[in-house]
Amino acid sequence: MKDIIIIGGGVIGCAIARELSRYKADILLLEKGNDVAVGTSKANSGIVHGGHDAKPHSKKAYYNVKGNAMFDELSKELDFPFRRNGSMVLCFEEDLVCGLQELYDRGITNGVPGMYILRGNEAIRELEPHISEKACAALVIPTGGIVSPYEMTVAYAENAAVNGVKFRFLSQVESVKRTDNGFEVACADGFVEEAKVVINCAGVYSDVISNMVCGTNYHIIPRKGDYVLMDKTCGYLADHTLFQQPTKMGKGVLVTPTCHGNILVGPTATDVLDKDDVNTTAEELNDAFTKACLTTPTLNRRNIITQFSGLRAHLDSDDFVIGESNVPNFFHLVGIESPGLTCAPAIGVEIAEQVAAKLGLAHKLHFEAKRKGIPHFATMSNTEREKLIEQNPLFGKIVCRCEVVTEGEIVSAIRRPVGAKDLDGVKRRTRAGMGRCQAGFCTARVMEILSRELGLPMEEITKGGASSNIVVGRTK
Amino acid sequence: MTNRNLVIIGGGPAGLAAAKAAYDCGERDIIILEREPELGGILNQCIHNGFGLHTFKEELTGPEYAARYIEQVEQRGIEYRLNATVIDINKDKQVTYVSEKDGLVTIQAKAVILACGCRERPRGAINIAGMRGAGVFSAGTAQKLVNIQGYLPGKEVVILGSGDIGLIMARRMTFEGAKVKAVVELMPYSSGLNRNIVQCLNDFDIPLYFSHTVTQIQGKDRVTGVVVAQVNDKLQPIKETEQLIPCDTLLLSVGLLPENELAKNAEVQLSTTTGGAVVDENLMTSVEGIFQCGNVLHVHDLVDFVSAESENAGKCAVEYIRGGQICKDKLTINCTNGVRYCVPTVLNKDEVYASQSFKMRVANVFKKVELAVFADGVKVYGKKRPVVAPGEMENITLSADIMKVLKNAQSVEITLIKGDAK
Repeated sequence: MKDIIIIGGGVIGCAIARELSRYKADILLLEKGNDVAVGTSKANSGIVHGGHDAKPHSKKAYYNVKGNAMFDELSKELDFPFRRNGSMVLCFEEDLVCGLQELYDRGITNGVPGMYILRGNEAIRELEPHISEKACAALVIPTGGIVSPYEMTVAYAENAAVNGVKFRFLSQVESVKRTDNGFEVACADGFVEEAKVVINCAGVYSDVISNMVCGTNYHIIPRKGDYVLMDKTCGYLADHTLFQQPTKMGKGVLVTPTCHGNILVGPTATDVLDKDDVNTTAEELNDAFTKACLTTPTLNRRNIITQFSGLRAHLDSDDFVIGESNVPNFFHLVGIESPGLTCAPAIGVEIAEQVAAKLGLAHKLHFEAKRKGIPHFATMSNTEREKLIEQNPLFGKIVCRCEVVTEGEIVSAIRRPVGAKDLDGVKRRTRAGMGRCQAGFCTARVMEILSRELGLPMEEITKGGASSNIVVGRTK
Repeated sequence: MTNRNLVIIGGGPAGLAAAKAAYDCGERDIIILEREPELGGILNQCIHNGFGLHTFKEELTGPEYAARYIEQVEQRGIEYRLNATVIDINKDKQVTYVSEKDGLVTIQAKAVILACGCRERPRGAINIAGMRGAGVFSAGTAQKLVNIQGYLPGKEVVILGSGDIGLIMARRMTFEGAKVKAVVELMPYSSGLNRNIVQCLNDFDIPLYFSHTVTQIQGKDRVTGVVVAQVNDKLQPIKETEQLIPCDTLLLSVGLLPENELAKNAEVQLSTTTGGAVVDENLMTSVEGIFQCGNVLHVHDLVDFVSAESENAGKCAVEYIRGGQICKDKLTINCTNGVRYCVPTVLNKDEVYASQSFKMRVANVFKKVELAVFADGVKVYGKKRPVVAPGEMENITLSADIMKVLKNAQSVEITLIKGDAK
């Protein structure tokens, strides 16, 4: 019997887990994947939104502005990549400049600080020299930022684990039943556990779980977005996150730097039927890239290093469903789509407070609020590097040459609490395989390290859990 | 910081040959920095034969070819570091590397030879849509898994691209019991050597589809199939020709890119055509004292040519260290009419007139052509070829007399005179 079961190891589930780990409670997080941050949390724009876009008085607007303000401190406390680079919404037609004013007004209503409107191409290009000559006005949102969404999720998870939260992977929840004491949660692999409180953070599947318990009719439409990632050599093309002003032609795509210096382009928006359909299509990728060239005309297809897509958990009602449901002690977070990542810190704190109040949980005496991330060799000074190699020679062994990732970092990623168990897990934590050769050179080495550290034969090393094995057997 | 006369980055065929030649020119203060645990570079995983016909007049495997050069380096007592990855070079020729053993070391070099090879173009660079499960490998990654680690990446294979490594891997995977269902090539011709098509595909009845590409990869966790389509003359897939080939593995052999991130740090001027440095006839880059050779300069089809080029680089680097004259007056050779590039690309307008060879690649398959050199619009050299193809590097050698004419010309052009172009 647990006090709390959290369903879903995305950024929302992990944020709640971490905030709840401040209290004396027995907490279990169930995740259907092989790692945290393997659904929407790993494949999104990585934007910390200012909050100008959300409908006033919506939950999205409330949590967005509140969450945004928490990032500076949180990113230091949990040591994950975040930069307040500022966002811009670009207007390309003189006739539509009034639309920027509307966005500005909406931002003011939502409580977004520091916004202003720039007029004229010259003024915009002073801030962003590589923007199209056609941009005639821009709404600048200085509080906008960028974050590494999976590293943020991992940071939350590690810190939650250090503070006692248990994680169980490959645990797809099949049923949640009400019992006399609370709930009985059963997983596809036969695992069954009871809990007083269940928190549903199942992302694109959150409707299914809530409908199971609450008899509701939530309907999440997975809205797929395709992205194109560019090499770091074109990182100079944008410093702010560059949105296009929504027009009747659509929402446009963004061009943004990532925390690691790449340029990210996208997303498209296509409603799909399958909640696991992260299939990129040539048409959409082309569409995303072509639209991005409206913002930054010098983007060159030759510098594309990869493509991916993610699913937004879009709810018909177009706002988050957050908090305790009509069933007492069953909390849910349904339809957490953009700006969900920005909202996560605020949602985490509020839900934890609600659950703690409900269960009458007391604060722990010793809560470890700080987490130190994996040393990041690539961005260190030579003096720091020397010191690190002296302490542990494995930091002198470079495994991923494109991103300059050392064996020391990879070993750390595997051995940490909620450590990496597969190639993608190593990649998200260390960036090994994320560079321009896309793991061409380091795949075999990383597999060997995983095999050694986890005590698994090479045949059992996977790309991302389940049956994603890399090799099928020994040679003759 | 330590000082060295010559730092060679890369202990593959290029670096080994450069080191050997530099030593034989009398240079003793040499160090080779190699990131892998062994010397030999990619040759170590090329266990097939066909190496050395030009250099040693016999057919060797990759490791055997490497061993010959490693032996020569060992015999000469040339110093090298293994597991040593260079993380920075600047234009002042300070080279910083890290290794488990040495920690972080910066060397001030008098001359640097970049011999760090190339990498394969990944899936992302060619924009194949679809799912992102396991089972998509670059051909070289698969080659390493099979030949070095001893693991089979898959059992039913489709190969995209007919580059040499792809062709070699088609045969290799077949030997290991995998079924290679198809090799799919975007272009109407192969970018690999003809002998590899015969020996690796035809001999094993592996079908090769020209003017085809992979339009989609299927399979959530592991590849379950790829969609293949014919392309039109603009290389765009023709929707109606799409067909699914069930498979668990897709190997990519879609081109090699010189790995020039280090050169960029040192502000070396790069060619947009080859991705390698722009070099003069001494294989010196735009940065004085930094040289390039092998696949980091331009992708070669035979290792024998890499060795020859690199020995030259080693020799030139020693001349530079000894205070050879640096000529500031340079002339850039224009490549036109189907000649994609040539190496060297620039000529020093000095008074050194030695015979000089030029290597080049063409942009398409052409039949009955003449590779011609023009100086100020006047033809000074011609070489007739029955057929030229992008997959085979062309080589011309110009006499000292012709070089004298070129070095005194205002413009030099290397071009194709087409008789009966395809």
